[in-house]
Amino acid sequence: MEKKITFPLPPGCDPEGLSAGDEVRIDGFMYVARDAAHKRLVEAIERNEDLPMDVGGCLIYYMGPSPAPEGRVIGSCGPTTSSRMDRYTVALLKKGLKATMGKGDRDKSIIEACIRYRAVYLVTYGGCGAYLGQFVKKSRVVAYPELGPESILRLDVEGFPALVGIDIKGKNLYNK
Amino acid sequence: MKKVSFSTIIDKVSELVVRTSRVIPGEVSRAIRDRLGEERSPMARKYLEIILENIRIAEAGGLPVCQDTGLSVFFVRYGSDVTVDTGSYPDLSGVINEGLARGSRRGYLRNSVVDPIDRKNTGNNAPGIIHVIPGGRGEFEIMLLAKGFGSENTSSLRMLSPTAGREGIESFILETVSGAGSRPCPPVFVGVGIGGSFEKAAILSKMALCRMGEVSEHRQWESEILKKINGMNIGAGGFGGDATALDLRIETFPTHIAGLPVAVNISCWAHRFGSVKF
Repeated sequence: MEKKITFPLPPGCDPEGLSAGDEVRIDGFMYVARDAAHKRLVEAIERNEDLPMDVGGCLIYYMGPSPAPEGRVIGSCGPTTSSRMDRYTVALLKKGLKATMGKGDRDKSIIEACIRYRAVYLVTYGGCGAYLGQFVKKSRVVAYPELGPESILRLDVEGFPALVGIDIKGKNLYNK
Repeated sequence: MKKVSFSTIIDKVSELVVRTSRVIPGEVSRAIRDRLGEERSPMARKYLEIILENIRIAEAGGLPVCQDTGLSVFFVRYGSDVTVDTGSYPDLSGVINEGLARGSRRGYLRNSVVDPIDRKNTGNNAPGIIHVIPGGRGEFEIMLLAKGFGSENTSSLRMLSPTAGREGIESFILETVSGAGSRPCPPVFVGVGIGGSFEKAAILSKMALCRMGEVSEHRQWESEILKKINGMNIGAGGFGGDATALDLRIETFPTHIAGLPVAVNISCWAHRFGSVKF
């Protein structure tokens, strides 16, 4: 059965209804960031600077889209490999981030952090960027436009499909 | 003598770049459909069905199959009876890179190519990686492999002991695929280069990825290794299941008495390659 979830979560809420292996449909909005943007975000945190967006209750999707052809909201927009973001993720979860999304398994430190910060890791369908584009209703750059395909975006989505990879109890889809 | 002009090459390479990003080769789709028919895991079945739907949407909608439109690797087969008029371009590489840049723009490919140190984007997906290989006298063919990097990152090269034999080679292949796990978008294609020198083995493994589905003198061994990989339960998406690899191909070249270089190059299920002949 599919579960529905809307991001950002309201203040004080955790994604506690989700268990590893559940199919979910995501509404609301998500931020998009990958390697270069993560490096900048975490450097900003280390320097005690404000982030360009409030990540409280939010979902960050590890992705860098292909350009939108005319008349389309976005090009192809599937997940990138999440493990490359492992080194940056905990600092963002500490800031109140409640979910991350990408593809593939993650380091043990992320499983522990999901328990500690009551957050989830979601997985979506690798290589299926043309299919996933159907669920994106709006896309705009919110930070680091100079990073081009690696800039931070905000995507408004409806029914965006994913699976729960790691839940807030630390149960892991990849380690059944 | 066959004479080919730079403008013909630029147009054909540009078309090849666009088509390769949008249309998955028939043998790849067939391999995915075949595995779907045999798959027992419901989660893997669902992923394989979404993959097939994605392939249809990309082709019909004129979108890249995957947002990672890859690093472009070209194999140029070039015989002695062929001359290329490169116009104002310094050499054939310049002509191919112009075709790549134009195709990337026209096909709405993502600009994924950067300087390795300062990470500045080249802005047009050039330069591609261009290998020239021997061809028959009048032959001129440009092959393109649009290589995604989620899978490239999980590839590996090792200088094995000369006495490691088939057993050592096989164990390195299995270790590499198992280590890659869920990260390269399985079910994967596995290209294996055995022999030559350090760089030759790597090039052979990439060549092997371009020759999926062609007749191979190592077919029996390839099938045996493929069967072991598909028993690993990594499965489509890494969700567990029967389909971890769609195909595996081995290319070999004579090597030195003191060594046995082996390269294992992994490609995601969205294995995008094509060629244009002149």
